Amino acid sequence: MQAQAADTGALLAAENAQGKAKIVRMAGKLAYRNLFHDRLSLIVTLTGIVFSVVLVAVQCGLYIGSETMIAAMLDNSKGDLWVVPFGTKSFDDPSFLIGHEKYAALSTPGIAKAEDLVVGFAGWRKPKGGTTAVLIIGSDYEHGSLKPWNIKQGSIAELAEPFAVAADDTYFADLGIDKLGDTAEINNTRVRVSAVTHGIRSFTTLPYVFMSLQRARQLLDAANTQASYTLVRLAPDANLESVRADLNDRLKDREILTQREFRNRSVDYWLFQTGAGSALIAGAALGMIVGVVIVAQTLYSSTKDHLNEFATLRALGASAGYIHKVILIQAIMSAFLGYGIGMILSLLVIWATKGTTLLIIMTPGLALLLFALTLGMCIIAAISAIFKVTRIDPAGVFSR
Amino acid sequence: MKDREPNRKTLLEAKNIVKVFGSGAYEVRPLKGVNLRLYAGELTLLMGPSGSGKTTLLSILGCILSPTEGELVVAGNSTAGLDAEGLAKIRRRHVGFVFQGYNLFPTMTASENVMLALDVRAAPVVDPPKHAVAALTAVGLAHRAEAFPSKLSGGEKQRVAIARALAGRPSVILADEPTAALDAENGRAVMALLQEVAKDPNRAVLAVTHDHRTMPYADRIIRIEDGVISSESRPKKDGMPPAAHDEHHHEPQSAPTPPHPETTQPAGIEKPLRGRYRIRRNA
Repeated sequence: MQAQAADTGALLAAENAQGKAKIVRMAGKLAYRNLFHDRLSLIVTLTGIVFSVVLVAVQCGLYIGSETMIAAMLDNSKGDLWVVPFGTKSFDDPSFLIGHEKYAALSTPGIAKAEDLVVGFAGWRKPKGGTTAVLIIGSDYEHGSLKPWNIKQGSIAELAEPFAVAADDTYFADLGIDKLGDTAEINNTRVRVSAVTHGIRSFTTLPYVFMSLQRARQLLDAANTQASYTLVRLAPDANLESVRADLNDRLKDREILTQREFRNRSVDYWLFQTGAGSALIAGAALGMIVGVVIVAQTLYSSTKDHLNEFATLRALGASAGYIHKVILIQAIMSAFLGYGIGMILSLLVIWATKGTTLLIIMTPGLALLLFALTLGMCIIAAISAIFKVTRIDPAGVFSR
Repeated sequence: MKDREPNRKTLLEAKNIVKVFGSGAYEVRPLKGVNLRLYAGELTLLMGPSGSGKTTLLSILGCILSPTEGELVVAGNSTAGLDAEGLAKIRRRHVGFVFQGYNLFPTMTASENVMLALDVRAAPVVDPPKHAVAALTAVGLAHRAEAFPSKLSGGEKQRVAIARALAGRPSVILADEPTAALDAENGRAVMALLQEVAKDPNRAVLAVTHDHRTMPYADRIIRIEDGVISSESRPKKDGMPPAAHDEHHHEPQSAPTPPHPETTQPAGIEKPLRGRYRIRRNA
């Protein structure tokens, strides 16, 4: 045994001489052991983080889902500029333009294409009785930029048939229909469901019903030159601002908005002027606060449990930074674990709500943001524990 | 204090240390001008009644507390004017501690406890686990390297604590009542180990103790009473007469000769302090 120890000593000396020596890193292991030593405390910490991650993920997912629903029509149309009635609050808040806007636009230099869209509320009489309000979307479904998407049954071409409409299958129950080919009445005119889309939902919960431009004008009693919006596409070399200025001169008492402006206006209206978005953001903030409080409480408690060990570390010569590092590593490990479990649960919630009226969207950007928030939350939560250890008196390790 | 040991290397020197806690009517003055030196290759005992200022002095010698007045020099480094982080730096470079309650990290094995000390001291080593086992081998606990403190006896815990104190090869080892929590047999073993540790010509060991059974292991005994050093003596060893340096010295003139270390080792310590941690004996 003595010879073996001597060999070890010689080996260490030789390796040291060769410059292979390195500083061992134990702060991570100490943090890991402290974290997993008290399983109950760990479970409470993780519960707090998971609760927070799931709540924030669902709230933010709902926010993105709401934004997606509000802007669905705008995101699925390819317009550079929109001519809208003065004071329009959102796409789903339609009224009619004065008329002839399409032709005024086409005669403006720099505009390659202009098309009318007719959007309006109408009454849908269900086949088995009862009525519900719907939002009619009338467009040039053959050559225009806005047409029904996610066609599940039937085809867009079938909208050419007299009184043909396209409806979304997620609204079938609301519309009182079951399948492709079912009939109903819009504003007392018989219509037939000739195409079925999937997942085109509105934020207002009113079902969208797509049809030809002409049919929409007819059902909404609009003149042949009238539209709710005129969508303009610029020529390749046109300057957007100068075209907009020209249009403003030609079309008084209308507003000329870019695609982004119209989108933002619609989203702002529904999410912030109605308070819906504020509620979602408040819910997410509440989730964050609850998470911070729970994690801070459990980290503080864990630090108190290990106070004597931290005092020993301090007495051994550990810098304050070393001890802070141990606590921060504990917090970061908690964040990784909590985020992992929280994301799995969040994805399960999203999967479970798929196909329902609740649209929760998880994007890579949101996942990254959630990770950063979780990490930040745990680091902020570690501050109380850090304050506690900063006040440690290392002399306390001696007998009195 | 006049240096009576001109041939010994001084590793720690306390000059006229005064410590005052509180102020006004609440002022407490546990140390009233302490002069003390720790020499390389020696085990010094600091003894005194409760309230005599032992623990305060140990805290100051260990750079945990700053003196109100006076100067402390550890391994050639003055601590004057150092803040808490400066003192911590001196501690991690030059001071090793052995605590009465062991203060091992319960969630870490014996070898991890040693490696943790290496990390705190930022001591570079080639193979940390091997290094830790070597340190534990030196205290006869290589076979318990993977045991958690809860599975170790009191004596084993204190030996792990000594291995931890030795990690990084500090110049000064300060032990606070190292035998207080141990039975007689383990107390003897720990003192024998500290005696071996102190034989390193580049290391000084100071043990604060109430335990008179530890006296035979000491090279020097310092008594503190009411915040001042009241006596300093060298127990008789190897037939040499004891050297008393103070007229208040009350130590027995013939202190018991310590048993030979190799005859007092508990099971598992065949040849203490081998390999990297082997203490070179004074010529």
